[in-house]
Amino acid sequence: MKKTAIFGALTVAGLMAGAAGAATLDDVKARGKLNCGVSTGLAGFSNPDANGNWEGFDVAVCRAVAAAVLGDPQAVEFVPTTGKTRFTALASGEIDMLARNTTWTLSRDADLKFTFVGVNYYDGQGFMVPKELGVSSAKELDGATVCIQTGTTTELNLADFFRKNNMSYEPVPIETNAEAQQQYLAGACDVYTTDASGLASTRATFEDPSAHAVLPEIISKEPLGPLVRHGDDEWGDITRWTLNALVAAEELGITSANVAEMAASAGDNPEINRLLGTEGNLGEMLGLEADWAVKAISAGGNYGEIFESNIGESTPIGLARGLNAQWTDGGLIYSPPFR
Amino acid sequence: MSNTHADTVSYVRDTMLMQQDPPSTSVGVVGWARGNLFSGWFNTILTILSAAFVLWLLAGIVPWVVSPTWNASSLTECREILAGHEGACWGVIHERWNQLLFGFYPQELYWRPVLALVLLLIALGPILFADFVSPKILPFSAVYPFIGAWLLWGGTIWTPVMAALGFVVGYGVFVLAQRFIVPGLAFLAAVLAALVWWLVIMPFALPDLARLIPIGLEAVQSRQFGGFMLSITIGVTAILFSLPIGILLALGRRSDLPLVKWLCVGFIEFIRGVPLITLLFVASTLLNIFLPPGTNFDIILRVMIMVTLFASAYMAEVIRGGLAALPKGQYEGADSLGLDYWQAQRLIIMPQALKISIPGIVSTFIGVFKDTTLVSIISMFDPLGLANAIRADSAWNGIYWELFIFIGAVFFIFCFSMSRYSMYLERKLQTGHR
Repeated sequence: MKKTAIFGALTVAGLMAGAAGAATLDDVKARGKLNCGVSTGLAGFSNPDANGNWEGFDVAVCRAVAAAVLGDPQAVEFVPTTGKTRFTALASGEIDMLARNTTWTLSRDADLKFTFVGVNYYDGQGFMVPKELGVSSAKELDGATVCIQTGTTTELNLADFFRKNNMSYEPVPIETNAEAQQQYLAGACDVYTTDASGLASTRATFEDPSAHAVLPEIISKEPLGPLVRHGDDEWGDITRWTLNALVAAEELGITSANVAEMAASAGDNPEINRLLGTEGNLGEMLGLEADWAVKAISAGGNYGEIFESNIGESTPIGLARGLNAQWTDGGLIYSPPFR
Repeated sequence: MSNTHADTVSYVRDTMLMQQDPPSTSVGVVGWARGNLFSGWFNTILTILSAAFVLWLLAGIVPWVVSPTWNASSLTECREILAGHEGACWGVIHERWNQLLFGFYPQELYWRPVLALVLLLIALGPILFADFVSPKILPFSAVYPFIGAWLLWGGTIWTPVMAALGFVVGYGVFVLAQRFIVPGLAFLAAVLAALVWWLVIMPFALPDLARLIPIGLEAVQSRQFGGFMLSITIGVTAILFSLPIGILLALGRRSDLPLVKWLCVGFIEFIRGVPLITLLFVASTLLNIFLPPGTNFDIILRVMIMVTLFASAYMAEVIRGGLAALPKGQYEGADSLGLDYWQAQRLIIMPQALKISIPGIVSTFIGVFKDTTLVSIISMFDPLGLANAIRADSAWNGIYWELFIFIGAVFFIFCFSMSRYSMYLERKLQTGHR
């Protein structure tokens, strides 16, 4: 029976390949749930709590899209993916979108045939050292032993950085972040390198975080963002503009607390009116209800609120906005106009 | 005569002496210790050194394990409670043990997997402990797979009933067809009939039946399975199905029919030549690309099939070892009694071959059960996958040993029980031939 099913499926797969990908919006509406791929567990970005509810910065993006499309931020089926399964899950249609701290690169865009709909977190590779080492810059790390996750771009970035600065290092290969924490604390390496957000959250778990410092140098660009499949631009637009709506809401001062009030009637600011659907027909253009952005913002707040509640300075992870501040505050977070 | 000894012997005992206990230094704890621990200067030194080492280990481990952190709700709180002392943070187990056991299974439905496990033990009773459990519940064992699956996944009761009826249909066709055609063809007809039932009639009739007679449990999605429940579900399925499939493959490999033989050899060598993780990747990702979009081929089912196939190939080789160990006389004896092939296998060959292979079979079982942790790589939440997810919670980020010790301990209980059972079975089947 199994074999028959598989062979049958092989035949059908060829026929259906062309049909796949089209009209994701209709599929999601018919299903009544958004299938959103997230990480199996990354502190602050996505993790299940004790009751199995997912929370985190990436999870919030999924919830906002679900709210915009289906009107219910809870109507999400979270599909946990590992670094190895994430792209096939998206390509095969098992998930409608992927929000899994995935770096936007040319090859993933063009070769793997995905569309990155924006950047929700600008990350970069950094270094953490114990303060007693007396190092204040990554340029002083000549001859250091470095804990590094194997098989990642961080490994290549590290090699590039040391070669460029004419320094040598001794790598200590490790498999996971948890293992890295243990090795680093046990003194197996002088330096731990990974994405700066990961370093901050790792440092926050130490018994004495003040004994360790994250060095100022960021040696790579890691723009993390949600992505969808090639071939369904309407769906891509919906996810892109939901993310933009969260960003624009922060810029325009719309929060989860005042969004209902501001959306009740048209105000003086035409852009707010267009965003919240009290003026114009932006929602209709996307194939959504007029108040799609209101629902998306109500789900978890604007970009700034989501940042603060999941990874911001009030959380144990304690990331500063840095590059992820609004462009008006000197950051890179910037939404095209709602017009 | 009477005074013969009066001069030579001054005293003759006329009553028996009461038997006395051996000296206290040679019995009990002291005697055992003298005999085994302090029997000579070298052993005494070894004993003292070992005891010192054990004490040193315990002095390190016990204070860490005995730690008043059971009710802590985060790693930070644990550290506050411990106030600088070294100690485990057991709060994570307290808060998440439900999740480690059941994954994301709905809490109000926990009774279902528990009941499925209890029924599993009952169903296995007459098979594992034939001496103590009446064979009258064997029919229950036969229908258990359907009951168990229904309890775990829920949904309408008609799915397992119709699936079970497929076997009845197949059997009926086999009995009927046997009257007219040779058994081989009759078997083929039975398989075809069952397939038609499952693939054509069942999908057609199921929605109507479910609507007309709506008996069922709340459906639970495979994605909500996790923790030890997932490991046990996959492990038990693979264990139960790999043994019969392995037996067939082993017999097939020794078969005189070239087609059967080469099919079996090809299957076994292919599966054994590929790492399990590769098969799991095929199940989780490659099949997704081949299957048409929207196909709902359950991920747990896919993984179960792959793990079962993997275990079967190893099982086949273990059993082939048992078959090879049987003297040729056993086969010839069966022939001389006029038994046909299947009778000979069932009555003479298999009982002996399986008995010889018990240690190997149980090792394979234990290996398969532990291999189920590999599914965390294809993003299923087995205990190890959950450990990673729990650590991603900012309350528990930085926890390491406590989770792994708990998971290791539970795995040890299961694997050690299996190993003890195999020793019991070996003793029970010991017939003194060797």
